[in-house]
This record gives sequence, C-alpha cells and structure tokens, in this order.
Amino acid sequence: MAFLTDRKRAEGWGSAKSGTRHFWSMKVSSVALLFLIPLFVFTFGSILGGTYEEVTAAFTRPFPAIVAGLTVIVAFKHFNEGFQTLIEDYVHGAMEKVLIIGMTCLTYGAIATGLFAIARMAL
Amino acid sequence: MADVNRGNRPLSPHLTIYRPQLTSITSILTRITGNALIVSMLLVVWWLLAAATSPEHFAVANGVLTSWFGDLLLFLSLWALWYHTLAGIRHLIWDNAIGLDLPTAEKLGYVVIGGSVVLTLLTVAVI
Repeated sequence: MAFLTDRKRAEGWGSAKSGTRHFWSMKVSSVALLFLIPLFVFTFGSILGGTYEEVTAAFTRPFPAIVAGLTVIVAFKHFNEGFQTLIEDYVHGAMEKVLIIGMTCLTYGAIATGLFAIARMAL
Repeated sequence: MADVNRGNRPLSPHLTIYRPQLTSITSILTRITGNALIVSMLLVVWWLLAAATSPEHFAVANGVLTSWFGDLLLFLSLWALWYHTLAGIRHLIWDNAIGLDLPTAEKLGYVVIGGSVVLTLLTVAVI
C-alpha cells in the first residue's frame, strides 16, 4: 500500500476519472473571455443598430470579424462546459445524458453557424 | 456498501434550510447569469446569420434585436455578462486560496454586485 501513489489510490473513485481537466478547461476559457468579452461588447455594441450595409461592411474589417469569431468559439465552449456542470448537479440518469448531448449539439451548431456567418461577411 | 439504511437516513441540510446570505445569493446568481446568457448568445448568432444571408433576413433579426423587447433583453444580458465576468474574476482569485474568509468574500460580493451595475451603465453610456 505504501508504494501506491496518491493518484493511483484515487483512480476510478468518484469524480477522479478525468481529474481536474474540466476545471482547468473552464479556467482557461474564462481567462480568454476576460479579454474577449470587453472587446466583443464594444465592437458589437457599436455595430448593432447600423443599417444592413453598415453591418456587413463592419464585418469585412479584420478586427471586428476576428474578435467576433473568437468570442463565438470560446463563449460557446465555456457555456458548454458550464451548462454540463449545471446538468450534472440537478439532473440524473438518462435525462442527464440526453441534455448534455442536446446542449452540445446546440453549442457546436451555434459555433459553426456564427463562424459561417462571420466568414461569409468577411470574405 | 456498508450503508444499509439507504433512503431512510438523516440528510445534511440543503439550500432551503439556510437563510439567504450575500455569499450564497452571489454564488447562485453566477450560475443563473452564466446559463441565462445563452438566450442573447443565440440571438446574436441568429442576427449574424441573418446579416450574412440577405437584407430581408437581416431586417427581421435586426428588428427583433433593436425592438424595445430586444433592447430590454440585451440590457439585462449586458448586466448578466458583467456580473458573470466579475464573479468569474472572484472565482479566479479564490482558486488561489485567497479571499476565502467570510469578511473578504462578502466584500468581494458587494464589489461584484456594485461593479456589475456600474459597468453596465458605463457600457450603455459609451455605446
């Protein structure tokens, strides 16, 4: 027993399956959003309210397009992981898996849609 | 395994037993704001797709986002966004085992609530 490492003793028990991967992933995306959110809020905020021509022209510029693209990716990834925790806390059994899979489809779909839209305006 | 008394045992006190406190309310609000933001996130993606599709589609999505209801929703989402951001910073601080004592945690709670309101009004003023 004395030769077992702490990690080996913990493996297979409770939430020890993937260790701190989920926690660390949320931490990385939260730090990224700390920079992206202010950039996105002020670029998007100044674009919203414009005419069709103004809006589409705004996203042909690199800065608003890249900030919006990055924000869509990181924000939906962060939501995906955060919402997974919410489901794991309150819903159990088959419905838990259904909701996590459904929410993953929704967030990945939103990322693809957002990137497509930005790319189409930018190019 | 050794627990033969399953289903008929005293449970540890849960949420409903406690008086609402600043620390618990700010914690719950972090979760609520973060998850509620999906509504405006999806609306923004819809707005982007509409702008990339055609002037007619854009008119519909832009009409919704700039209506009084859209304004209200985006205003509340802006507050939720700043609240969640500040609460997230509080968590990043806590992750280093700093500020976990009650007086500091409560002080940070007031900073998160007050700061989110100030940032929201500042953003509206600037934009």
